[in-house]
Amino acid sequence: MKIYGVAVLSACFIAGQLIGEALGILFHFDGNIGGVGFGMLLLIVLGDWIKKKKWLDAEAETGIHFWSGMYIPVVIAMSATQNVKAALSGGWVALVVGVFATLLCFLLIPLLSKLQKKTDSSL
Amino acid sequence: MDLIPKLFAKNELIIAFLVVGLIMFISVLVSKHLLRNRIPGAAVAITMGLILAYFGGKKGIADMPLFAGMAFLGGSMMRDFSIVSTAMGASLSEIKKTGWVGILSLFIGIAVAFFLGGSIGYFMGYTDIKSVATIGAGACTFIVGPVTGAALGASSDIIAISIAIGVIKTVVVTILTPLIAKRIGLDNPQTAMIYGGLIGTTSGVAAGLAATDPKLVPYGALTATFYTGLACMLCPSLCYFILSLFI
Repeated sequence: MKIYGVAVLSACFIAGQLIGEALGILFHFDGNIGGVGFGMLLLIVLGDWIKKKKWLDAEAETGIHFWSGMYIPVVIAMSATQNVKAALSGGWVALVVGVFATLLCFLLIPLLSKLQKKTDSSL
Repeated sequence: MDLIPKLFAKNELIIAFLVVGLIMFISVLVSKHLLRNRIPGAAVAITMGLILAYFGGKKGIADMPLFAGMAFLGGSMMRDFSIVSTAMGASLSEIKKTGWVGILSLFIGIAVAFFLGGSIGYFMGYTDIKSVATIGAGACTFIVGPVTGAALGASSDIIAISIAIGVIKTVVVTILTPLIAKRIGLDNPQTAMIYGGLIGTTSGVAAGLAATDPKLVPYGALTATFYTGLACMLCPSLCYFILSLFI
């Protein structure tokens, strides 16, 4: 049954949100800290475990795959509902800071990934 | 005469499915025939979404009653739910391989955005410390900016600028990622996790990776989702304190 897969996904999602909210309260921050990230970790671990135990059949898994397939359409809808006008009307400061701060972060990606490869091979 | 608008309003989510499907269809055609597959269909579709949003208002195209359902389909609940679903099939051993560099990338990403963004703001005439900090926080994400600004008591026009900075970052990341992915070696789970931690804007990271290689989405999104929370804690506290030593 497809709904079993969707239910497992929902359970991981809600549990992750709960952890994120709890962390927010713990650190006196009004909001959710990494709720989505925890939900993903749960699904990775739980999904793997359930698969090994054969508690979910292939059809149940398609319930989860449907939603990961809807991911790009959701992102398209999300970009179509951004406040693009405000972003462009924020003036030069917004444009200069937004572009340059982002570019520098991009330049750091190869450096850090080199560092990661170094530590990986030294292990 | 108002049969059609009524029908649209009653079924707004279904209309949104139809609209996104059409956008995707046109984008794939554009990618194939006009761009010779150099820019993937998903990237074209996301850019097209941003262009459409320009013709709307605060909530982009969803400000038009006909397209109100787009706000639900593209809202945070659906976004987070579908992001979590991509984790099915991500491998734990790949994540472990990235290790502490993934966590390091979060701290470096936040520090670089905050201090570089703040410095540019300083040299462009925003010299009081609250404005510098809010502008720097905006360079993290469009959520960190207003959270930090509110915590420090910055003025509302500075907060508006910080949101604008964050949104521009998202737009730049979305469009730039698929174009330079090869050059920065963004083709494996480890680099995707570092990328997510350094860039941090979940929507930009997710959209950028979706357009580059959908298989990488879960890895980038995993680190990116910790960024906003961490930055919201660090920017008004530790980062602000360090800034106060200089200004």
